[in-house]
Amino acid sequence: MKLIIEKLNLNRASQEIVSNISFELSAGEALIVTGENGSGKSTTLRGIAGLMPLNDGSIRLLDETGKQFEGEVREYCHYLGHQNGMKPALTVRENLDFWQKFCGEPDLSIEEALDEVDLAHTIDLPFSYLSAGMKRRVSIARLLVSDRPIWILDEPTAGLDAQSVKMFTELCKNFCEGGGILIAATHLPLGIETERTLEIKASN
Amino acid sequence: MTTETIKPSIWAFANPTRFNTFASKAIPVLAIITFALLAVGLWMSFNAPEDYQQGYTVLIMFIHVPAAWLAMMSYAVMSASAIGTIVWRHPLANVSLRSAAPLGAMFTILALATGSLWGKPMWGTWWEWDARMTSVLVLLIIYLGLIALSKAFDEPSEAALPLAVMTLTGAPLLPIIKFSVDWWNTLHQPASVSRFDRPAMSAEFLYPLLIMALAYTAIFFTLHMMAMRNEILSRRIRTMKMQAARKQSSKGAA
Amino acid sequence: MLALLKREILLSIRAGGGALTGVLFFLAVVSVFPFAVGPDTKLLSHLAPAILWIGALLASLLGLDKLFAQEREDGSLDLLVMQPHPLAITIFIKALAHWTMTGLPLVVATPMFGIMLNLSPLGIGATMITLLAGTPAISFIGAVGAAVSVKLPRGSMLISVLVLPLVIPILIFGVAAITGALEDPAPFTAPFLFVCAITLFTSVLGPLAASIMLRHSAD
Repeated sequence: MKLIIEKLNLNRASQEIVSNISFELSAGEALIVTGENGSGKSTTLRGIAGLMPLNDGSIRLLDETGKQFEGEVREYCHYLGHQNGMKPALTVRENLDFWQKFCGEPDLSIEEALDEVDLAHTIDLPFSYLSAGMKRRVSIARLLVSDRPIWILDEPTAGLDAQSVKMFTELCKNFCEGGGILIAATHLPLGIETERTLEIKASN
Repeated sequence: MTTETIKPSIWAFANPTRFNTFASKAIPVLAIITFALLAVGLWMSFNAPEDYQQGYTVLIMFIHVPAAWLAMMSYAVMSASAIGTIVWRHPLANVSLRSAAPLGAMFTILALATGSLWGKPMWGTWWEWDARMTSVLVLLIIYLGLIALSKAFDEPSEAALPLAVMTLTGAPLLPIIKFSVDWWNTLHQPASVSRFDRPAMSAEFLYPLLIMALAYTAIFFTLHMMAMRNEILSRRIRTMKMQAARKQSSKGAA
Repeated sequence: MLALLKREILLSIRAGGGALTGVLFFLAVVSVFPFAVGPDTKLLSHLAPAILWIGALLASLLGLDKLFAQEREDGSLDLLVMQPHPLAITIFIKALAHWTMTGLPLVVATPMFGIMLNLSPLGIGATMITLLAGTPAISFIGAVGAAVSVKLPRGSMLISVLVLPLVIPILIFGVAAITGALEDPAPFTAPFLFVCAITLFTSVLGPLAASIMLRHSAD
């Protein structure tokens, strides 16, 4: 499996934000996207996740034989943005259950996924009861409940304490070792062997 | 890094520069045609004979009916521009859509006002919930809603898609609205208001009406082109201001 | 998709009882009318279909502004849009859920309000059927209004202005059908079928238009 990004060019409110980004990632590789505030990290990730119209360039996902996967690349991605994508009025279980069913391809069960992020005890609490860090961990658990070969993470460790960050990098490592492709915008390296870095500079 | 010269902004694709050059040449020509048509049309209108039933009031028809036609044509132009915005993402289409909305609203208001003036001697009231008047009133509300939508966004380019989608959603519903209003009207007032059953309009009415319709169409296109040029220029000013602000702030940082 | 329907319904029950608010609003609108036109039961029973329909129309607009704006705020919209499901279907389900929690309770509450307005049993039946067939169209067209104003922080007023003129046919045919059921020369079937046709038409048009909007709303 190979993710090929070519000459990505993204506009926001008719201003060019990201220009000419190209890279390739194979199964098991991770890319850390760095750059100052406002340099276009989030925009780049959203572009790859299919959430922004491309001004120019292409995003392709090829299998071992070089054949393109069916459908859009975004359908093979998990995206973790600045927001958690959870409803405060629902319990943690209801939230995760919904995303598991809606995304399809169930992987870990909800209990197992919450175990991975050390939140098994919160399963029946409303999401709004959790602290910011715990909320973030629940949305990390969302990545585990259904199986997607690509993770696109925007500041995934925001609000996490040191211990949780360690737990999270461990999860990322496992994901890459299992053949996943990971793209993350973060300030700290994840410590994955196949990790590469892409620095984005503001385009003006 | 080249900062200024070849910024492939949205303008490089749209070629509004070319449009504006064209517009500055076309507008005077269009304006002359408009004035000529309007002069001929009005002269013919005022020389039209009195109607044996309606007397002089029939003359209102020459400014009322074309306004109602144009009110509908503006929506057609907007729908076409909306398709251009959605399918080809052409910024000019969006500019055209935005500029046509107030014109459409203006023709609708004109149709309503002249209709009301016509209604006073005809029906004895300024406003009658007549099927045609009511449909035009609904059309006006739709126009005003679309204008409100286009003004609701801080960034004009962000309004492009919402406006296009809403315009296109309204397009297939307009005939349904028209039909339902006609239905409603026949249901509630079974031919109480004498509507003008036209016994094949005679030539002395038809020709001035057609000339006036042409004149109105010319007015629309002249104003539309002027509005588009203004819109393009004001957006360009906006972009330049933003770039200047950005440059200023980056200078301050350095 | 069932999961989405379940989630939407759970949400509207939990978050301040969306369903109940709709019925309350309906009650408020209906009970304000007699104060305006006087307690003349004959007049009220004559106006009842119109009052019930206007009440339902206004109540159905409630909560439309949150349909996508709230999803956008908490980041769920990105995830909904990314999935392989056709976006129009996702929107259809969301609009359907909106109707289930606003339009449907009104249909259920109609007999009570009908009695208060001195409407005959036949009239109540006709009102329920036309509301059942017609109010979904408001949610479907409303979905477009909600989609185009998804980025506007206070879009609710604008949505009403955009949606109300477009749902006029539903109101006309809905009330005409009730009148047709009650008064002899006027037909019931024709306007009722128009109501059904418009609902079916908008169930395709609305989600499709809204999906174009949400798919390309870059931000």
